[in-house]
Amino acid sequence: MRVLAALSGGVDSAVAAARAVDAGHDVVGVHMALSRSRAQHRNGSRGCCSIEDASDARRAADVLGIPYYVWDLSEEFEETVVADFLSEYEAGRTPNPCVRCNEHIKFSALLDRGLALGFDAVATGHYARIVDVPLADGGTRRELHRARDAAKDQSYVLAVMGADRLARSVFPLGEVASKDEVRAEAAARGLSVSAKPDSYDICFVADGDTQGFLRECLGARAGEIVDAEGTVVGEHEGAYAYTVGQRRGLGLNRPAADGKPRYVLEVDPAANRVVVGPSELLSVSEIAADDVTWLAEDLPADQWVQVSVQVRAHGDPVPARVRREQDRLLTELASPLRGIAPGQSIVLYDGTRVLGQAAIARAGRGAAAQVVGA
Amino acid sequence: MTTYLDHAATTPVRPEVADAYARALQVAGNPSSLHAAGRAARRVLEESRESIAADLGADPAEVILTAGGTEADNLAVQGIWRARAKEGRPGLVTSAVEHHAVLETAQHLAEHEGAETHELGVDVTGVVRTEELAELLAEQGERTGLVSVMWANNEVGTIQPIEQVASIAREHAVPVHSDAVQAVGQVPVDFAASGLDALSFSGHKLGAPIGIGALLARRGLGLVPVQHGGGQERSVRSGTLPHASFAALAAAVGAAVTDLAVEAQRRARLRDRLIAGVLEAVPDAELRGAPGAGRLPGNAHFTFSGADADALLFTLDAAGVCASSGSACQAGVQQPSHVLLAMGADDGAARSAVRLTLGWSSSEEDVEALLAALPEAVARARAAYRPRPSQQRAAVKEAS
Repeated sequence: MRVLAALSGGVDSAVAAARAVDAGHDVVGVHMALSRSRAQHRNGSRGCCSIEDASDARRAADVLGIPYYVWDLSEEFEETVVADFLSEYEAGRTPNPCVRCNEHIKFSALLDRGLALGFDAVATGHYARIVDVPLADGGTRRELHRARDAAKDQSYVLAVMGADRLARSVFPLGEVASKDEVRAEAAARGLSVSAKPDSYDICFVADGDTQGFLRECLGARAGEIVDAEGTVVGEHEGAYAYTVGQRRGLGLNRPAADGKPRYVLEVDPAANRVVVGPSELLSVSEIAADDVTWLAEDLPADQWVQVSVQVRAHGDPVPARVRREQDRLLTELASPLRGIAPGQSIVLYDGTRVLGQAAIARAGRGAAAQVVGA
Repeated sequence: MTTYLDHAATTPVRPEVADAYARALQVAGNPSSLHAAGRAARRVLEESRESIAADLGADPAEVILTAGGTEADNLAVQGIWRARAKEGRPGLVTSAVEHHAVLETAQHLAEHEGAETHELGVDVTGVVRTEELAELLAEQGERTGLVSVMWANNEVGTIQPIEQVASIAREHAVPVHSDAVQAVGQVPVDFAASGLDALSFSGHKLGAPIGIGALLARRGLGLVPVQHGGGQERSVRSGTLPHASFAALAAAVGAAVTDLAVEAQRRARLRDRLIAGVLEAVPDAELRGAPGAGRLPGNAHFTFSGADADALLFTLDAAGVCASSGSACQAGVQQPSHVLLAMGADDGAARSAVRLTLGWSSSEEDVEALLAALPEAVARARAAYRPRPSQQRAAVKEAS
């Protein structure tokens, strides 16, 4: 195959590209320039967008003996991922920009351009597995599964890509035992990025200060923090900067009557109000979600099916039953969960297999139908 | 098999230059040392200087060695302007299509030292508007410290009316510099006859190694040094003198100038075949720059509507053809061409350019290989094209 290897400048994508070369593919490395004002140097654990990272990617391509190009997708990134990030927070939800980047940039803008230029697939350094399951009729079904290394698994942020995108993707790191194995392999291959620190923070948020970034982009909008009874217990500079389930940084000036810690229960952007309360009130058992991506065509729609669900990037899967109705997904959790933030993805699993995902619209304690109608 | 059509970026070292370079490297010594070894190296250096001067119509004392074109441009623009600014002449005139070595230097002087910059416009083929220069200097000649206009454009290959520019500047006693990096070796260059006060050129565009060039600067031209130190090169360019590189530069200038008439004709014939072939293979390709004798013999430059330059260069590269957009790229990201924008092209066109440049080692096979690969490369790049969000908005705005 002609494979386009996305090279961030980090160790994972470099080793993924190396493995694609070893697998006999005709590989070309592409670094995506996603920021319109790129810094010269990498700063702490932030992202992959500095010119230093582009140089690291180039050196990796040199060592692997593959061509290397930089593609400028900064405008697309700005107008999809960053704009979505801001409008979601502004609407009181908590977006996951990595999901949006996979949806709009890596497995969309990059993949489309690659396909048009004659490539067959995109290889990335994501930790996830693609499994082709033989079928009775002689065909195969392509499935997305969790990575072998559960600690590094990234299937949660990949579930957003549909079956057609999955058919054009290669994840060479899905079977590795651990990140240490990847680093050791990078060192053995002479890749200079073998000891480069991992990136954690959101790549376009300077200093990892999300609240500061939001305030800078959206402007301060002072408002009240109230408890479940409506009593004012504090002030904020913009309801958009709060996330359901958040406990830290509330700056409340009145202690709760019962002395228990309080959490964000609700973010109401229209009233610019943040509602806080005790952790019990965070418990939800039903979730309504939309923008469904369905990877398991073998599963029926309009019926309740038993699955496990994951509602945040680093959360554990929990048992639930789900029902898909066109572009909507209803979920009843087997036991309540706390702090489910609208805007995050709900990803459905059968064991290690990813069945689909949707964007959480609402969560509540009532019947699913009521929640949806609310 | 690679087809190299990017000689304006750099051209292979000529074999006779490599020989001269290797011979000069055998001479060990610092040309500034007073002992026998130093004298031997100094002799190599000065013979090279004399040879360069003779080939370009300059006096040996007018040849200032530099590390290349960018340094020569910086020395000329900063050095000449600073000397005049002290005399109450802060004006700094360039054309809008100068190389970044001139434009960025002028901008720096404007931002940090109070230079009053003016960029002369160009016509649709990239020729600088000399009447604009005449009007400007008629008004502000006494306040103008320097005029800098390139001899030939590095992107679209347009040759400028440099003698006319020099004569207008001289009428107003304003010093005039020209970046001749693309011109030397491609068109006849005679420094004395040109009327210029300073001229930059670079070795690696002629078949010398990268890292050596020169500024020709008229005797008595006030020039404030940029690089300070031991006082070499008339005290305006300090630094240990690289006699071997300079010998290579002299050999390259010699080779380029000796057969210039014959080689320019050969190259122009190849270029004309290339241009005709491209327009035949991709009929809606647009040739940019001046026609016929108005452009460098080795330059062809096209825009391909509905394609991005980086995709075109990628598809050509994949087909074994090394080409360039000709315009600046920042850490691998292609920028829209300021030259095309100055010529009146829109943003889409300014991002869709492919420059194909021929050099001393180019052959008919190179041209034919390009023509064989081009239609498919353009078709693929066009298939991959998506307007940028900002271009989509501009299109919507235009339609409404």
